[in-house]
Order: sequence, then C-alpha cells, then structure tokens
Amino acid sequence: MAVTTMIGAKIHRREDPRLVSGEGRYVDDFTRPGCVALAVVRSPHAHALVKSIDITQAAKAPGVVAVYTHKDFVKVLSGTMPVTPSFVAEKKQSPPRFPIADKEVVYQGEPVAVVLAETKYQASDASNLIEVEYETLPAVMDLDKALEAKSPTVHSGAPDNLGWDLTYIPDDPAVMKEADVVIKVRILQQRIAPTSMETRGVLAEYSKPDGTLTVWMSSQSPHFVRLFLGGAMGIPENRLRVISPDVGGGFGAKISPYSEDWLVPAAAKLSGRPVKWIESRTESLQTTTHGRGQVFEVEAGAKKDGTLVFIKATQYLDAGAYMGTFAAFQACACLLAGGAYNWKHVAARTVGVLTNKVPTDPYRGAGRPEATHLCERAIDLLAGALKMDPAEIRRKNFITTFPHTNHFGLVFDSGAYEKALDMAMKIAGYEKLRKEQEEGRKKGKYLGIGLSSWIEICGFGPSAATAPATGGIALVESAQVRVFPTGSVAVYVGTHSHGQGHDTTFPQIVADTLGVPYDSIELRHGDTAEGPAFGYGTYGSRSLAVGGMAVHKASKKIVDKARKLAAHMFEAAEEDIAFDQGQFYVKGSPDKRKAFGEVAFASYGAGLPEGMEQGLEAVAYYDPSNFVWPFGTHIAVVEVDPETGHVDLKRYIAVDDCGNIINPMIVDGQIHGGVAQGISQALYEEVVYDNESGQMRTGTFTDYLLPSANEFPIFELGRTITPSPTNELGVKGIGEAGTIASSIAVINAICDALAPLGIKHVDMPASPDRLWKQIQEASGGSSNGKEARK
Amino acid sequence: MKHKVATTVNGQRREHEVEPRLLLVHYLRDVVGLTGTHIGCDTSQCGACTVTVDGKAVKSCTMFAVQAEGKSITTIEGMAAKDGTLHPLQQAFWDEHGLQCGFCTPGFIMAASYLLSQNPNPTEDEIRQGLEGNLCRCTGYVNIVKSVQSAAKAMNGSKANAGEHSAAARRS
Repeated sequence: MAVTTMIGAKIHRREDPRLVSGEGRYVDDFTRPGCVALAVVRSPHAHALVKSIDITQAAKAPGVVAVYTHKDFVKVLSGTMPVTPSFVAEKKQSPPRFPIADKEVVYQGEPVAVVLAETKYQASDASNLIEVEYETLPAVMDLDKALEAKSPTVHSGAPDNLGWDLTYIPDDPAVMKEADVVIKVRILQQRIAPTSMETRGVLAEYSKPDGTLTVWMSSQSPHFVRLFLGGAMGIPENRLRVISPDVGGGFGAKISPYSEDWLVPAAAKLSGRPVKWIESRTESLQTTTHGRGQVFEVEAGAKKDGTLVFIKATQYLDAGAYMGTFAAFQACACLLAGGAYNWKHVAARTVGVLTNKVPTDPYRGAGRPEATHLCERAIDLLAGALKMDPAEIRRKNFITTFPHTNHFGLVFDSGAYEKALDMAMKIAGYEKLRKEQEEGRKKGKYLGIGLSSWIEICGFGPSAATAPATGGIALVESAQVRVFPTGSVAVYVGTHSHGQGHDTTFPQIVADTLGVPYDSIELRHGDTAEGPAFGYGTYGSRSLAVGGMAVHKASKKIVDKARKLAAHMFEAAEEDIAFDQGQFYVKGSPDKRKAFGEVAFASYGAGLPEGMEQGLEAVAYYDPSNFVWPFGTHIAVVEVDPETGHVDLKRYIAVDDCGNIINPMIVDGQIHGGVAQGISQALYEEVVYDNESGQMRTGTFTDYLLPSANEFPIFELGRTITPSPTNELGVKGIGEAGTIASSIAVINAICDALAPLGIKHVDMPASPDRLWKQIQEASGGSSNGKEARK
Repeated sequence: MKHKVATTVNGQRREHEVEPRLLLVHYLRDVVGLTGTHIGCDTSQCGACTVTVDGKAVKSCTMFAVQAEGKSITTIEGMAAKDGTLHPLQQAFWDEHGLQCGFCTPGFIMAASYLLSQNPNPTEDEIRQGLEGNLCRCTGYVNIVKSVQSAAKAMNGSKANAGEHSAAARRS
C-alpha cells in the first residue's frame, strides 16, 4: 500500500452538497412517462377471514386504471416471500406468505387489494370505495399466552404458534451449584418501529416487448431484491434492474423484501403502465418490520469474590404473523449472552413465537443490543448482590486474551476491554460522580450512573458461516475498479450507502491504494445494472470490513497489473519496480518515474507485454476469514424525579473501539446516531397494540414517540484503537455500536438511581408513567421490580 | 373543480390550476417540480416538509396550495445564491457533518433559517427548542445543533470571514 494519506483523514462528505441543496434523489423524486399511483387496501383487523371483496364502485371512480386482488397477482407472481435459516436452521413452522392476502388476513395492515389511478389522490379516494367483508377471528397478541396449549392460532388450522425452539447450549446444573449468589431477571425488549425518515417506496416500469423490468426502490440491498423478485416474476437477472438511489435511512428495515416490492412491479406488468407506491407513515408503522419484540428470562451466578460462574438466557421472540426474511438473525442475542466476560458456563435457548402482528426483523443491532442489555443487566444485579462496584466486577471478569473462542464457538478477533472502561470512567469522572451520588442521596436526589461494556459481532461475514444462514448466498462483498484512459477512476460496490458516507470513505481507501488524487475517484452503488454481477448490501456494520476490503482488493489487482506494465515500459523486471504514492520507478532510480495515469493511458494502447490484455479494470470478491468484533464502554448519568418518574439524562459518555478508522468524522456521526436510537428505546419508543382487538395504538407520530433535539444532551465521545487482525485494513464496524451499548447504559443508570428504593429492575421504555408506578409500589413497601405495564 | 393559484416560489412567479384540497407540499413537489421538500409523516410531526412562507417556517403538509395564493415561498432549492454559493446554513451542515441520510435535512435547514431570522444568537437550548418540530433519525441531533451554531456565527461575522471558514473546513 502507498503511504497513508487519506485513510484516517477527516474528509467532508462529497454527497452533502447535493443533499443540502435539495438535489438528493430519493425514490419519490422519480417518475416515468405515464406513471400511475398505487394505493394499497389493507386489513383493518389483526385476524379475519376475507369473505368477499367488492371492487365495483372503486373501479368506476375517477382516474382509476385498475383494481387488483389476490386472483390477479397469482397470474404474474409465484412462490412465497423468502425466509432464511439465519441462526435457526430448522423452524417448526414458517407460514407461507404470498404478498397479498387471499382468504385470511393475519395482521393489521396486510394487503388485500390495490388500486391504480392517474393521481395519488384518486388512488387514495378509490381505495376507500373497496368493500371487503371480513369475519373476524381471535387475535393472538400476547407472547406468553400464544404458547399456551389452549391459545387460538395465528393462522387457521395451524397446530400451534411455535415458530422455533432451539437450545444452543443446555444448563449445566453442576456449574450452577458453584455460584454463591444467583440473580434472576425477566427483561422486556419492546417492539420498536425502525422509522427511517424516508418511508419505503417502489416505482416499477415493465417493458412488454423487451421483457425487462426496472425497479426504483428504497433498499439497503438491491441485489437481493433482484434475486428474489426475479424468482417470483420469472424474470432473469439480466432483464431485471433494481435501482436504490438516495435512501433516507434504513436501520435494518430496508434489507428484507416486502409485499409491495412484489405487488408494484407485478401491477406494472399487469397494467402495462409504470406504477409508483410511496408508503405513508401510518403504513410504515403498521407494515414495515418491527425490531426487538422479545422477552428474556435470565439467570446468572457468581462467586463471593465476584468471579462470574454462569449465565443462562432464554429468548422468547415475537416473530409476528410470518417469519421475517431474517427474523431468526435476532437469535444471535443468545450467542452473545456472555458479553465481554469469562464465564464458566453459558446456556442459551431461543423460542420463536408467532403472533397476529407485523413480522419482526433486524433493526439496528439486531440481537446484539438485546445480548448486551441482558448481560449488562445481569452483571449489575450480581454486583448489587455482592455489594461490588459495577466497574469492579466488570474489570475482574473481562476477557483479556485474544483471539478468544466463546462458548458458542465464535472467535473474538481482538479487544482491550479494560482500556475502554478506563477511558470512559476517566471522561465521566467516575469517582467524583459516585461521591456526588452519595451526597445527593442524603438530600433525596436520585442520581444514577449506568455502565455498559459492550461487544459486537459484525462484518457479516465468512462464506462458510453465512452461506448456510442465507440458504445459499454467502455474505461476501464485491467491488469493481475501473481506471479510464486519462486516469480517472470509477469504483462500483455491492454495498449501499444511505447515510454512512461510503461515497467519501471508499474513495479514501482507493486513493491510498492506487496513490491517485482522491478527487479523481468516483464511487457508484445501488444500481444492479452496474458493477459486479452480485452485491450483498449494507447491514450488520459490514460495509467497511467486507465491502471496503473488496474495494481494497480490487484496487490492489489494478496496482499489480499496472506494475507489470510499468516494468515493461521501463524495460525492467517486475520485482525491481517500486510503487510509491501513485508513481512507478525502478528501485535505485527514483528520478525516472511514471505516474499512475501514464501507465493507465498506456494500458489502452499498443505494445503491451506478451499476453497482457488492454485495459485497466478489476473485479474482486472479498471473503473475510472471520467476523470482526468492536467493543467499548458507555456511561450514562441520569437523575430520576421520584415525584413524576421523569428521567433527566444529564450526561452520556461513549468510548468505542472499531479498529482502524478511515474517517473519524463519520465514525463519530455513526456513534451519535446509534446512541440516540438506543436511548430512545430505553426512554421513549414502543409499538403498542390493543391486546383484545389487535389494533395498533401507535400508528402515527402523534402516538409513536420519537425524540426531538430537545431530549438529548451532547454526547461525550472517546476512542481507543485496537486494529482487527481479521483484515488487511485492520478495520471493524461502527454502524450499530451506539445502539448496542446505549439502551442498557441508560437502564442501568435508572436502576442505580432507584436502588435506594429497593427497585432492582426497570423495563423499557422507562417512561414517566411506568417509573412513577414502580416508585409508588416501592415506596408503599410492596414488592418491586415487577412489570408495571403489560 | 380547480382553483387558480399564483405564488412566488424561490423568487419566481408561478401560476397553476389546482384542486382545492391539494397540499402545499404536493404542489411544490408534483406541480412546481421542486422535490427537495420531503414528506416524512402524515400528521405534521416530522418537519421534513418545512419551507418558509412569507419568511415564516411552515410545515407544507399543513397548508393547502390555495392558501399560498399571493405568498412568497422559499424551499431548500432557493437557499443557495444564484452563483451556486451555499447558504451559510447549508455550508454549516456540510462542514459540521450535520446530516447522514439527508432526508430530513432540507426541513432542518428551513426551520433553522427561520429560527436564526428570529434569534440570530441562539443558545444551545434555544436551538434545541427551536428545532423540536423536526425529527432526525440519523444524527442524534449532536451535529445538527453544532451546524446551527456554526451558521449563526458565520452569518453574524463578516462575509469574508464566513467564506474563509468554509474553505478551511473542507479538509481539516
């Protein structure tokens, strides 16, 4: 590699001038000649039989072009929506899902009909004229009750509501007996709406003469959509182009394909008109996959001196009415239940449960925030039981030697956990805070300090591990680097940037590898008609550690060819050629140089070495040897008002280690956003359904609480750098770190604040009403730590 | 029945016939063709569609196009100077990494422009309160607050200084 000049530099984002000028192009900003608007008629019931659908009035309404129902779509769509094995290879039940309901609807918001009209107002008007006769059925809404033998079933005729039940590692009763103290806790991970500010949207145009389909959509993984949609519509990949342009956030909810991703292209084929559908916010809250939706039963034990002995976690996952494509990915919470610590034994079981709700699927962190939450809560409870400082018990039990193989066979590549803890405590002024807390308690002030020492598995991932998990496609990554005759460079990647800044950071890598000016490199992504044959998308903090490495690998192939050509031009042996900052020269004669651009130009000319083809371009697929393992420690400082249950988040300290850094400004930005989302889960957000009717009670932003700028302090960041030995760049991932760490930092702080009242556990969201009730119960001398709201 | 509506958008006079129920945001996006104003919710919570109407910040999903009759509207596309020089707020959002996915950004910039027109020297708390009608899911608001602080400084300083600040911030 050339001398590093761009890697590690704070380069301002080149995508920003268009985005701050209103020149970004999101899917709703595109149209096609003759385009019609599509509106979806959705089930208002969580569970019902569809007795009849009367489209007569709607079909006659002004501007209506067509009305389609299940019977129309079966003519152009086949098969069912994809479900991957993920971390649960064998599922007991995975109900087949067609993108539009036929005789039975199983969650509120499930499509039953679509209307195509000349304008979106007309499509919306006409959709209200469709009369659907339903016969309602009992809705299965509660995770616990769903597993009871007498429970109604989510799907008529199903044997029960069990999706999967897998014990990764069973209990070891002998080890459990070695513990001097044992704690038990039940942890609620409420359903969260991922809520990117841009909702989903699809625009599709079908050419009947050519048999080609072009789809513009808001997706994190356009190649996967092409793969699945092509299968459903019988269109080969070479005639199907998926374009995911500027995307207004994803957070995991734009990985898996959705019903509308099938229905809109199918409607374009059926009608012969380009069709556009843009999801409304209510549709988004109701039908875009939710995150979390889990309950954990946790038991952990330690010796008197604080040595950790065992942790046992059972995950009950509310899968919803169908399995999300990557629903079972969330079971990775089990595999990381031991967190950053040495335990003698870790036991874990995952149970997937069907309910009459929209499916859950990955949301920022997907399984890893849940793992961190349960483990860090258990650590604090053990510290409390042992009357140890929470920092001390962590320090005593940290994993310190790497690579470390955990109980599930996962290999942590590198780490320095204590270093991050020390830095976080230093920034926080931990000792001083503890003194303030002690003083405050005397005056009736409930100050709390919460620690979260997090780890993460990311950079998905090695082909041997990931191909079985997806059902065949390995989650490697591809890149193509093209050097044009005059030396400018285009880089095509299979990842997708929707806020992560790849347009800036990937060219930083290429600039260093090729030694060419950063400004001469352009990054392209999100269009399946460009670049390598397959791309794997952006999720799971994988883009840099896998995609960045693919870019680096392709760039090195370019340098290799250019070096051969330069040797030929110098009439020297290849091994005698030096390459430094974009200049080739014969070792020992650094005065005579050939710039990279000169060699690039020559590569398109005559007189190349024997056997060398013209051109200077390369494709690389990078298959990592392992996952990567970022880590860190976060500290939240809160004050709880016992009169109102209000939590004042006074300070938030985040020390993260994601290995080597390409652009520190972007890393900090990722941490800010991630931390905010975790805090938001801890304090504000919750998807609420009415347990009787199955109606969503949080179907607009009026009821689904997203925090504004008013709710957060400035976050205080620190950083340690422990390079990853897994890849040549030494990089890990940072997209999810903040979210993984922060929910439990806040909850631990609240529990710490309320410890004098005997409150041992608080569930999320720690809203004023929930906390107030718990404080009231605790002050009244009744038992504490119980779930105040179901 | 369609109604005539005449407005001035980013300094240009516009005349159209529109349905009375057409929302201002749909008018701007679909009729005038300015797609920089975004739609992020159905209930006027998110602020992605914020524009200024006669200088005042308005969520353009809360207003009908016909209510804009005779009014002067500024959208994100009207913020930069004619020669392409970014408005200090646009420049500050770029310099301070005040955006990630960029979808909420036009709304934040428009809301902030109104805030700074009313209060050229806001404190951090005043900025946070002033922007509470706008939602961002990417940034945790940290760098949005910094962007507005930085823009306020640039707008209050001399134009030459503001220019220098921008150039220096490109690569630090």
